[in-house]
Amino acid sequence: MVSAEPIIAMHDLHVRFGRQHVLRDLSLSIPRGQSLAIIGESGCGKTVLLKTIIGLVRPQQGHIEFDQQRIDRLSDRDLAQERTRFGFVFQNAALFDSMTVAENILFPLRQHRSSQRASHEEEMLARLAEVGLPTGVLRKRPAELSGGMRKRVGLARALVMQPEVLLYDEPTTGLDPIVSDVINELMMRTRNSYDVTSIIVTHDMKTARKVADRVVMLYPLSRLDPHEPQIIFDGKPTEIDQTADRRVSQFVRGEAGDRLMEMREGMEKSNDSRFRLP
Amino acid sequence: MAGRYESSTQAQRRGLFGSIYDSIADLGSLVQRTIETLGDMVLFNLRTLTWLVTRLPQRATLFNNMYQIGVLSLPVVALTGIFIGMVLAVQSYTQFRVFGLETQLGGVINKSMFRELGPVLAATMLAGRVGSAMAAELGTMRVTEQIDALASMGANPIQFLVVPRFLSCLLLIPSLTIMAVFMGAVGGETYCVFVLDIDMHHYTVNAKKFVENWDLFYGVIKSVFFGATIGLVSCYRGFHCEPGAEGVGQAATAAFVQSFVIIIVLDLFLSILLDEIYLAIWPLNPGLFAG
Repeated sequence: MVSAEPIIAMHDLHVRFGRQHVLRDLSLSIPRGQSLAIIGESGCGKTVLLKTIIGLVRPQQGHIEFDQQRIDRLSDRDLAQERTRFGFVFQNAALFDSMTVAENILFPLRQHRSSQRASHEEEMLARLAEVGLPTGVLRKRPAELSGGMRKRVGLARALVMQPEVLLYDEPTTGLDPIVSDVINELMMRTRNSYDVTSIIVTHDMKTARKVADRVVMLYPLSRLDPHEPQIIFDGKPTEIDQTADRRVSQFVRGEAGDRLMEMREGMEKSNDSRFRLP
Repeated sequence: MAGRYESSTQAQRRGLFGSIYDSIADLGSLVQRTIETLGDMVLFNLRTLTWLVTRLPQRATLFNNMYQIGVLSLPVVALTGIFIGMVLAVQSYTQFRVFGLETQLGGVINKSMFRELGPVLAATMLAGRVGSAMAAELGTMRVTEQIDALASMGANPIQFLVVPRFLSCLLLIPSLTIMAVFMGAVGGETYCVFVLDIDMHHYTVNAKKFVENWDLFYGVIKSVFFGATIGLVSCYRGFHCEPGAEGVGQAATAAFVQSFVIIIVLDLFLSILLDEIYLAIWPLNPGLFAG
């Protein structure tokens, strides 16, 4: 159920790494319960945006509000507390290698809840069943699992604290189409059963169309003029096909467009300069 | 190579002043990066020490780290210790024999082991075996976003990953040092008595005469500083690992090299400081120099 009240609001956000500007003057408001897909080509700052929301990256300018409080100003201790209200599914699942699957899923519970061990295990088994994994995987190490299974364990670990916001970083990247669809289905099911706000960073248009009810497209700053906004599309998934912006339509259709020309020019330049190499 | 070539041709094009300007700019950015790194290291160390006094790590995590860092290092430290003791005997014997002082070898070997070689050997083995492994493990965790995952779940990565490793290095290096010293003394005496045929009674009497409790304390105190250095430098290197397999490899190498350099420099200053303390406490005791 999407409410009008924003759970996350970003205002005039700037993020730089050294001299590299990744996010510039970015403002975005995400209503509670919404499923937002952030799309864009590699290097446009999607993952940085996701990490900025949860405070893993601190913005140099601008601010982020989570549930009406400035998350970018919280102390480390308060930020750690607020982070328990988020679940983060990382691109390669980021499961702890040194722990078993069971220990991975139990980790947030053991860190933050001092209730009975039995109730932790019940919680873990429930989340494992929700992502459709058998209990046989519990004793395995992450290295013994397939990519799709690791993603599902990552989702179970993100769900175990019953978060209000779920952040997905490229949830279907590197998976075959069938497993990708399983993950998409799981994301939809999770959204329906938990009523969470989901922010999905992806460049898979199938995921964006299937899971999201709003799509935002970011564009790399290196390809923008200083006055141009970094968000080049913000609308419903059904509207993205009707957009007149070539940059958006090329991305949606998966066409290289001007990039092919740039690549050819680059190759010609490198051929010309080959004789100069020592 | 191509980049270097192009930048040098650009410098030629810009003339002498251009290249001087570029050199000054390069030097400035190097100084800036160094200051930033030093500041970052100080902050990292302060955070580690703050967490150390505010919240102790979970017992299971600490014991697991202690086992990996301390217990599994014991055999290699013992083995190298015994051989260092024997090497000392071999090296010193020819010189001492000239003066007919073979029976004094025990004093030299034990004094060297207790005060210098024991702690440095234990620290070197720890930096090589554990420091590099810690940097590589934490570096891999950084590269595969496991450290970000920890933070995203509301756990503090320094408290969870650095503090137990630092504490294990700090608490267990004295035991490793004592093991290195003991095995060195055993190795030295074994070689002298059974291979060089030095009288055991005189060897042991001289060995005891030259070494006092302060020497053991001296070595152990130094080792605590070495352990802290290994823990902090290795964890820092792992935490600030560059992306990719090359970055992890560089972090592991840098952890060992930097720990070792700091250990050697610290060794000099700690030796001077501890000698000064000894002389301040026992000004009339000649044991520090003669025995």
